[in-house]
Amino acid sequence: MTIATPPSAGAPLVPSAPEPAPVVPAATVDLTIDGMPITVPKGTLVVRAAEQLGIAIPRFCDHPLLAPVAACRQCLVEVWAPGRDGNLAKMPKPQPSCAIECAPGMQVRTQRTSQEADDAQQGVMELLLINHPLDCPICDKGGECPLQNQAMSNGRTTSRFVDTKRKFPKPVNVSTQILLDRERCVLCQRCTRFSREIAGDAFIDLQMRGARQQVGAFDTQVLDFDGDAPVGKAAADASGRPFASYFSGNAVQICPVGALTSAAYRFRSRPFDLVSTPSVAEHDAMGSAIRVDHRRGTVLRRLAGDDPQVNQEWVTDKDRFAYRWQTADDRITTPMVRRDGELVPVSWVEALQTAAEGLRAAMKAGSVGVLPGGRLTLEDAYAYAKFARVVLGTNDIDHRSRPASEEETAFLGHHVAGRTLEVTFADLVAAPHVALVGLEPEEEGGVLYLRLREKVLAGDLSVTTVAAMASPGAQRLEATLVPAAPGTEAEVLDGVVAGSRGSELAGLAERLSAPGAVILVGERLSAVPGGLSAALRLAQRTGARLAWVPRRAGERGAVEAGTLPTLLPGGRPVADAAARAEVAAAWGVERLPGAAGLPTEQILANAWGGAIGALVVGGVEVGDLPDPKRARTALDAVGFLVSLEVRRSEVTDRAHVVLPVAPPMEKPGTFVTWEGRPRPFPQVLTTTQIADHRVLDRLATTMGSQLGLGTLTAVHDELGRLGGWSGARSAAPAVPASAPVDVPARHAVLATWHLLLDAGRGQDGEPFLAGTVRRTSARVSAATASDLGLTDGGAATVRTARGSLTVPVQVVDMADHVIWLPTNASDCRVRESLAAVPGDVVEVTPEAQEVQA
Amino acid sequence: MTDQPEDVTASPEGGIPAPEVPPTPADMPPYVSAVPGRGALASFFAPIAGFGVSFGNMFRPSVTEQYPREPANVKPRFHGRHQLNRHPDGLEKCIGCELCAWACPADAIYVEAADNTPEEQYSPGERYGRVYQINYLRCILCGYCIEACPTRALTMTNDFELAGPTRAGLIWEKQDLLAGLSEGMLTPPHPMVEGTTDVDYYRGEVTGATDAQRDWVREHRPDDPSLDGTPEGLAAAVPVGETRAAQQKITAAARREGGAR
Repeated sequence: MTIATPPSAGAPLVPSAPEPAPVVPAATVDLTIDGMPITVPKGTLVVRAAEQLGIAIPRFCDHPLLAPVAACRQCLVEVWAPGRDGNLAKMPKPQPSCAIECAPGMQVRTQRTSQEADDAQQGVMELLLINHPLDCPICDKGGECPLQNQAMSNGRTTSRFVDTKRKFPKPVNVSTQILLDRERCVLCQRCTRFSREIAGDAFIDLQMRGARQQVGAFDTQVLDFDGDAPVGKAAADASGRPFASYFSGNAVQICPVGALTSAAYRFRSRPFDLVSTPSVAEHDAMGSAIRVDHRRGTVLRRLAGDDPQVNQEWVTDKDRFAYRWQTADDRITTPMVRRDGELVPVSWVEALQTAAEGLRAAMKAGSVGVLPGGRLTLEDAYAYAKFARVVLGTNDIDHRSRPASEEETAFLGHHVAGRTLEVTFADLVAAPHVALVGLEPEEEGGVLYLRLREKVLAGDLSVTTVAAMASPGAQRLEATLVPAAPGTEAEVLDGVVAGSRGSELAGLAERLSAPGAVILVGERLSAVPGGLSAALRLAQRTGARLAWVPRRAGERGAVEAGTLPTLLPGGRPVADAAARAEVAAAWGVERLPGAAGLPTEQILANAWGGAIGALVVGGVEVGDLPDPKRARTALDAVGFLVSLEVRRSEVTDRAHVVLPVAPPMEKPGTFVTWEGRPRPFPQVLTTTQIADHRVLDRLATTMGSQLGLGTLTAVHDELGRLGGWSGARSAAPAVPASAPVDVPARHAVLATWHLLLDAGRGQDGEPFLAGTVRRTSARVSAATASDLGLTDGGAATVRTARGSLTVPVQVVDMADHVIWLPTNASDCRVRESLAAVPGDVVEVTPEAQEVQA
Repeated sequence: MTDQPEDVTASPEGGIPAPEVPPTPADMPPYVSAVPGRGALASFFAPIAGFGVSFGNMFRPSVTEQYPREPANVKPRFHGRHQLNRHPDGLEKCIGCELCAWACPADAIYVEAADNTPEEQYSPGERYGRVYQINYLRCILCGYCIEACPTRALTMTNDFELAGPTRAGLIWEKQDLLAGLSEGMLTPPHPMVEGTTDVDYYRGEVTGATDAQRDWVREHRPDDPSLDGTPEGLAAAVPVGETRAAQQKITAAARREGGAR
């Protein structure tokens, strides 16, 4: 934890996670390796025990997070073990140390002490190298290649091979992103095991036998990913077809040779060029540890970091490949002020002066609203929260640029804010049952899905999803589907009562009553009237713990920092005078505004109506708001608009003053995960750009107030001084479940959620990643399809009063009277085209013409 | 030696003899020179005999080089500035592998690679060097880079005249280092010889540009001067790089100042 706290302070605002307690093994085993005695927990593999002694046994297929397979045979060692008679006897042949467990009294002799083991390893290496091409100079793995390194340490100095090597045409495009050089493959099966054991999605597998054995992609039918086909075409290969995986980049990272490479990093650099910085991914609320590699100010790749508490060694492809948005051509590098309708680059002093004058004028006339956006670091969100209260004197601040509700605000104040690390990844993997409500773990937080799936496969965890359909991710989690049309989740959750008539719901109640069970709710549930209240009631009824999993990286941190209309930092309710006094004292002001502020939608409506004279907007994408067209009108109408942005956006296009801020790679900061775990990260690149909290600090100074948030240390000191809230929490929401809506003929209820890879601006500048986006389709059940006259493979037009969308139709097994659409696919922008949220009734008509899929 | 190590002191003929005690100076015989003494005449001229060497050299040919008035003669294996070579059909040998940069003890080389595409093929195979820089302010001309080069793309010439008034002028880019075209070559980018792989190029099985390659270049760049195959055309096809041209000018000026004709 790098958030420094002064020694006098109590618990910091977002305390760091405690170190996990060391695991005390139930039983241990004594053995010797190369004559050195060692005691290890029972079940430890010989290769790991040797690692503890500092003995490097060469290996390719062995990976700590994958099951042992002994496929490459590189780790052969000589093993002596006590036989039945108790006498030490040598195993007749060398044994693979990556697949053999330590046994009491075992004596292992590695290549360091045993000629036999050394000969065996040299022989295996020679065989592996027979068909390995000598193209290291053009191979991306060159310089960080386990095969290269271990051929040097454990192989022959010269080759005895004189014949022609096996050749394959190279490379095969497994997807637009993943390239496969089959002749480099040593058949260790790490990639195929990863896709089977960890990701569980259609990928590649071993095919053919003997010398012709190779990794390849089979037909779509065999791998069964109908409906999830990627958008981009993979190059034709004899047998290979495209695949759609959100985790394919991990296979590239764990490939011990250069057989799998990514198009994004192909031929870009060498490891000795790169400067590596540990960091945290900015695309979801998981806080995945990553490593950012850059050369001369240009980020060339990102790799998964190793954090056993959070993401283990895996990240999603979005976290791995989507980083070029931060250096896109439309980056804003200088402050700008609008003059005669045009944005003109100006000095910081002039821009801050203009912004300060405009905001002061608006404050005199009425009030100012603040929309920080949901992707900020904790420090930046805190600066927004303080700026709004201290400088602008308002509680009209809301970071939620998505469908939200008063109920959600109350829920966050009651159950989320100030309650960090109550449910963590560790609790999830220890839970017997996890219920997902309004949450798609694979789409909204890839690592969450991987962590759950690991335990599901181990048989320790069962998953229930309350949704309109079992998504592919839910199916791979072997989740039990409790069908619920969008908008009826509250009703369904209220029906989960032990002993109730529906055996399914009673069973769920029973499973949730088991100690350790967890209910995870997503941000989508906020659009369901009574949904979050029902989830709270369910948690109370069953004793299961309840956690909120937002989609964006900054949302949890923003809740803690107090960028909500009813919350001050640390979960202090605005309505509580004691809480206000505490914060006012910490901030050195006389008093804080006591009236509850307005949520995003209301702020925009008032900005349009003129009651709010100016807006300070952070990283808000207008297309993410529930009704983008109305939001645009409001931004056009508002008297004065200040935008703090990284890149040109629809907000900066309308802003009167644009202040450039640094993207995550160019500033240090802290993301807070859905668990409430602070994830501090350092600055990767040298830059002239500054973080939001520094910009707000300067703006406050220009307006005559001192925020004292000019440096990261200052923010951390203040967070430490402020600490958490020990007073009463705000009241729980108690919104009754709404009655089910009537669905007229030729209509259906809209179900929709964001896919991991879509048209989001965070994925800009990544053509290879864009090619792995899943194909857009509207999904309906067979009964709904026949009611609406839709056919599988045909097309449908979905219409609201606002507009329409035409998409191909896919008939799947799901709730009736519901149509599912991806929220923000490039060819299906639900909010832009329909201005609809989940649960809205939309008109659906079959389209005569075939839509180009 | 026998299998069993023997006690050295027990067998003097197999071991190290014990050191003898050195004789004291008083015991030693007087010094006598082994060189025979000179005659009387030789002893008389001895003080000026050394001038004979100087006098004799007046009638021998001079070894002084008139550099910079005349070009310097360096040995054929002299480590001068680098050159990036070409395959016989004009494609670049450099594949952008960065092994030269890796080997460089002075960190003088910077390389960035890129993908060859069917439309823009600069070297045989999948990869070529898009950016190639050698910083001659840093280069110590040790030659590790040319030893590291897996395709013999990088070699060293005998040209050592690398000095100038600016730092920028000593950072040579790819266009400054690339060898010119010789007979039978075409300016890249153009496709590889039909039916060959990069391995055929390395084995020396490609001996010159083919008609198919010429047709391709004619189709895509009808005005390419290397198409006519004349020495003038080949020279015009690959103009001398800016930095190299500037260095040539500086060198020529220095020669003139030194009295070159």
